[in-house]
Amino acid sequence: MRHLSYLAVLAGCLLGTAPLELFLGTRVYARPRRLLLTLLPVVSIFVAWDVYAIAAGHWSFDPRSITGVRLPGRLPLDELLFFLVVPVCAVLTLEAVRAVRGWPAGDESDDLDAGDRGAAGYVGAAGAAGAAGAAGAVGAAGAVGGGDQAVEVRDAAGGPGDAGG
Amino acid sequence: MSYTALAVLGAAAAVAADLWLLRTRLLTRRIFWVSYAIIVVFQLLSNGILTGFGIVVYDPGAITGLRIAYAPVEDLLFGFALVTHTLTWWVWWGRRLGRSPRRHPAATDRRK
Repeated sequence: MRHLSYLAVLAGCLLGTAPLELFLGTRVYARPRRLLLTLLPVVSIFVAWDVYAIAAGHWSFDPRSITGVRLPGRLPLDELLFFLVVPVCAVLTLEAVRAVRGWPAGDESDDLDAGDRGAAGYVGAAGAAGAAGAAGAVGAAGAVGGGDQAVEVRDAAGGPGDAGG
Repeated sequence: MSYTALAVLGAAAAVAADLWLLRTRLLTRRIFWVSYAIIVVFQLLSNGILTGFGIVVYDPGAITGLRIAYAPVEDLLFGFALVTHTLTWWVWWGRRLGRSPRRHPAATDRRK
């Protein structure tokens, strides 16, 4: 079991932050497209750093404490997962602070990532029926909404031909 | 290049990306520093486990040797760079996706 030590630490991070998504409505996992686009550059840069550091011998890993799966560049699988888990936890924390304190982060025009919520299809269908119908559809899609949801739905319903987007 | 030098460079690059390259300017906002203060506590904890139990081992020649909660101080800079750069991209994409043309030309007018 010891070879799962590193993974256990990462699992602890994910479990510890999960209540933020579940109870504070951080909507980080609920916006997979934005999350993925965020992770791509971050993982690329830091994996490159890690591969260099491993090659240069800056750090190494106790073989008994990691899975033993090595990716190209001798990168342990555990390390790749680290660069996914830690950024997700960081974003969850930022969104939790925003949810609790309401402080701006500079991206407030966002928040409906239509593709992410799967709302676009519903909105397209609801188009003529108006925003009320669309709001119902978004609700049914299971969005853990904030107060801005109504505005977002109006936006999405209003644009001509937005469903095809 | 030593881990120390890379860590300083990485942190500086993350600052530059936020302030000047991507212009998210998160570092000027309260929400960032409060979030970071929370994150750094848990970073010290989880990183302390990884280094304290010897899961990750550092080459003494690549670091200054100063340690906080078992981990080399360089890890603080590494963590700062990782967290800052992540949040920078998160906000940057938030802005960009929010301005997506399929919603906004009409939407902005109506909002007035």
